[in-house]
Amino acid sequence: MNGPREGGRPIRTYHEVADPRAESVAEQVADQGRRLRARLASIDRVVAVGSGKGGVGKSATSANVAAALAASGRSVGALDADLDGPSLARMLGARGGLARGVDGIEPAAGVAGVKVVSMDLLAREDSPVRWRGPQGHGSLWQSVIETGALRELISDVAWGHLDVLVLDLPPGTEKLARLIDLVGRPDVVLLVTTPSEAARGVVARSASLLGEAGVERVGLVANMGSWTCPHCGVTEPLFGADGARQLARDADLEVWAEIPFDARVSADTDDGLPIVLGAPDRPAARAFAALAERVARS
Amino acid sequence: MKFLCVDCDRVMEYVERRLPGDGTMAVVYACPACDRETALLTNPMETRLVSGLGIEVGGRTVPPEPLELVRSSLEGFESGSQPAPPAVEDSDTLRPGQVRWSGPASERLLAVPSFVRGMVKRIYGEYAAERGISEITPEIMDRARIDLGLEGM
Repeated sequence: MNGPREGGRPIRTYHEVADPRAESVAEQVADQGRRLRARLASIDRVVAVGSGKGGVGKSATSANVAAALAASGRSVGALDADLDGPSLARMLGARGGLARGVDGIEPAAGVAGVKVVSMDLLAREDSPVRWRGPQGHGSLWQSVIETGALRELISDVAWGHLDVLVLDLPPGTEKLARLIDLVGRPDVVLLVTTPSEAARGVVARSASLLGEAGVERVGLVANMGSWTCPHCGVTEPLFGADGARQLARDADLEVWAEIPFDARVSADTDDGLPIVLGAPDRPAARAFAALAERVARS
Repeated sequence: MKFLCVDCDRVMEYVERRLPGDGTMAVVYACPACDRETALLTNPMETRLVSGLGIEVGGRTVPPEPLELVRSSLEGFESGSQPAPPAVEDSDTLRPGQVRWSGPASERLLAVPSFVRGMVKRIYGEYAAERGISEITPEIMDRARIDLGLEGM
């Protein structure tokens, strides 16, 4: 019993008052967690692909790793967790909507049999992702909606047994923290970055967060760090000769892949055929394939 | 969230929810001892926050549907991308006075925020039962909205 108000009567506190209706809310939240864990139990390995900054090739990395793993015979799912800027379905050649099955929503079929779920399979084509709600307070409720939507896109989808689920996260260090809150520690996190001076602080912050969260397998993917002339074959660094290694040393991370710049990466993924499948002999494709193999074996 | 009648030291009981259609919500509670009523009024932002949690205040009256939060929250949600769910009740198993929901009507019901969906379903069901309507279709829902003034549902 709480102490009497000044000049008033005592009022029982929240925990002193039994109300099954109020407690059912906590039970519903617990049930959401149970359904999420049940779905994750059939997934052997969750691989999160994140970046501190946008425009560094994160989704192209997700698409190529997922496609390479699937092409090697593994059962692979790819979830586009970039809810506001979805692109993974297009990159993996998945079209149409998502059908409802007995066990939940059926993922779309992408190249090499990758099971794909993305917001751009749910929203009308060419319409921006917009959440219904009051104007002017979006920052207060949108993160709640987005977290709930991500939860549903994992727990309400009939993924079946997966060897690997690739999660393509939106850019931003805090998105990694939100994912860990929701699903726990991913088995592998790939931090995609360009090996530039500007990326140094962002990568270090992400590495620090993942270290605090106890994520053990974190690989740095240095993307677009070099360029090979198609005429003379000479390779030139784009960000300084030792940019990737320096970045890794500063963030206390290991470089898992250095992906050379190749205009076909974006062209092929835009066409729905990741370069690991469309032009597997090119240096960028070989680097993605080696990265996928390392992800599978780590 | 719990409501306590300070005079009686009793937990107030849920009475009803109302959606005026402007994004706000009113939830009425009453004291079982003295019958005093009080209303919880939420603004559109607070209403959206509750909806975003994917919970139903007062307990679930219908089981969760796949992607129900996405369906009810995403503007331009492509409902045609998924086949309409089966009717809520199979006509072969209907009991006397029971009302069947057609697939398209069930689909439309899924767009209602989950925390008030049970109440909305009950209102439409009572409307149909009172008029001897055996199946609720989108057309029946439209008629009920006009007849009952259910703007926002």
